[in-house]
Amino acid sequence: MKTDILIIGAGISGVSIAYNLAKKGLKNIHVIDRGYFTNGATGRCGAGVRQQWATEMNCILAKRSMEFFSIAKDVLEYPHDLEFKQEGYLILATTKEEHEQFKKNVTLQNSLGIPSRQLNKAEALKIVPHLNPNAFLSATFCQTDGHLNPFKMTEAYFLAAKKLGVTFSFFEEATSIVVEHHKITKVITNKNTYETSKVVNAAGGYSREVGLMAGIDIPVYAENHEILATEPIEKIQGPMVMSFSKNIYCQQVPHGAFLMGRSNPEAAHNHSVESSWQFLDHMSRTLMDIMPKIGDLRVVRQWGGSYNMSPDRQPILGDTDLLEGFYMACGFSGHGFMFAPMTGLLLSEVILKEKTTIDMESLSLNRFKNNDTFHVEKSVV
Amino acid sequence: MNKKEIIICRCEDVNLEQIHQLLEQGYTNFEDLKRLLRVGMGPCQANTCGFLIQREIAKFLNKPMEEIPVHKVRPLITGVQLSKIAKDDKK
Repeated sequence: MKTDILIIGAGISGVSIAYNLAKKGLKNIHVIDRGYFTNGATGRCGAGVRQQWATEMNCILAKRSMEFFSIAKDVLEYPHDLEFKQEGYLILATTKEEHEQFKKNVTLQNSLGIPSRQLNKAEALKIVPHLNPNAFLSATFCQTDGHLNPFKMTEAYFLAAKKLGVTFSFFEEATSIVVEHHKITKVITNKNTYETSKVVNAAGGYSREVGLMAGIDIPVYAENHEILATEPIEKIQGPMVMSFSKNIYCQQVPHGAFLMGRSNPEAAHNHSVESSWQFLDHMSRTLMDIMPKIGDLRVVRQWGGSYNMSPDRQPILGDTDLLEGFYMACGFSGHGFMFAPMTGLLLSEVILKEKTTIDMESLSLNRFKNNDTFHVEKSVV
Repeated sequence: MNKKEIIICRCEDVNLEQIHQLLEQGYTNFEDLKRLLRVGMGPCQANTCGFLIQREIAKFLNKPMEEIPVHKVRPLITGVQLSKIAKDDKK
């Protein structure tokens, strides 16, 4: 089969790249995915979208993506509800160091047009009254952060891309990429052989493996992050509540359930997405510390999903001088869903050799060549 | 009987017409339907709708039921309060 470009991965990044390319007029775009619709990280994420970051690049990617999310339903002509709500993220500072760091974060965010602000305890309690006042010192809040349904957002891009002629196949896994004379010639999958000169690696947790198929060593790894959902109740919490030092994020989604997750510092670097009782123990104790009232709710289900971790916790976006026609959108470190509109726009610009909307040097694979010069994002759970 | 009045998933209030609409659109496995309609995400975790939807998919694809995969079974088997999990953790 012949195709002008093959995108590996139909998660939020892959569908956004496909849509943006098709909208700019590119034809013969095909997307493959190894599993069912949103089987990977996108369909397993915590459904939060935020702009409160500690690195300039993450702030810019998040803010511009949020602007798209707020008009996505109309632009993509999606017939269903995206469940987009902007009721904020409330990020708790639980140590003096965190309070000082957040002061700097807010200054950076404000300088980039993100309307976050630092709150004292009383102000934070006004927004989320069931917080344990003894569990934190202060907080930051950004009203325009919020919630978006990952399945619906992905379907919106997927349907819009299909309308523009993009083709998709699911349960199809790339097994090798054929390179001849420093150029891509073929991608072989478990079902087909594609003659193509351009490949986009949007493979989420499997980005490293897809890179290696093309002989590109991408310094990323997959790590299981667990999450749970409770029974639904009437609305009692508007914003996502988050703490980096206590290792928790917790929000009530429009459906009524609470979703909460945390990272496991001892998680192995592999493709496990299984559930553990240890997670339930740690999660329930952390929750009882910061929001004991939510402890009355029953856990209905727990699951796991892969973060694709990069060395500086910022994505790797763009092309590489190591192989013509090979493009990357990976290493999102748990934030690919909320950056997807910018991922799609920037990759389409790089692939079509247009001037990019923002300077992408600090997102390139090259930045890891000099191992100690990059700036690590610390605002991550 | 009107398909809209045949409830398939009692937890999330999903009817037969919604299932058939998504099958027609090409979402032909349980995991797809779960993510777009929430079937199997409620308190019973597909104990009721699992077989019913498996049967509808089998009919639609004209395949035997045993060839239709059901959804991934996730913990917990029954709902447990977070406060009780925290209390029982003696570490």
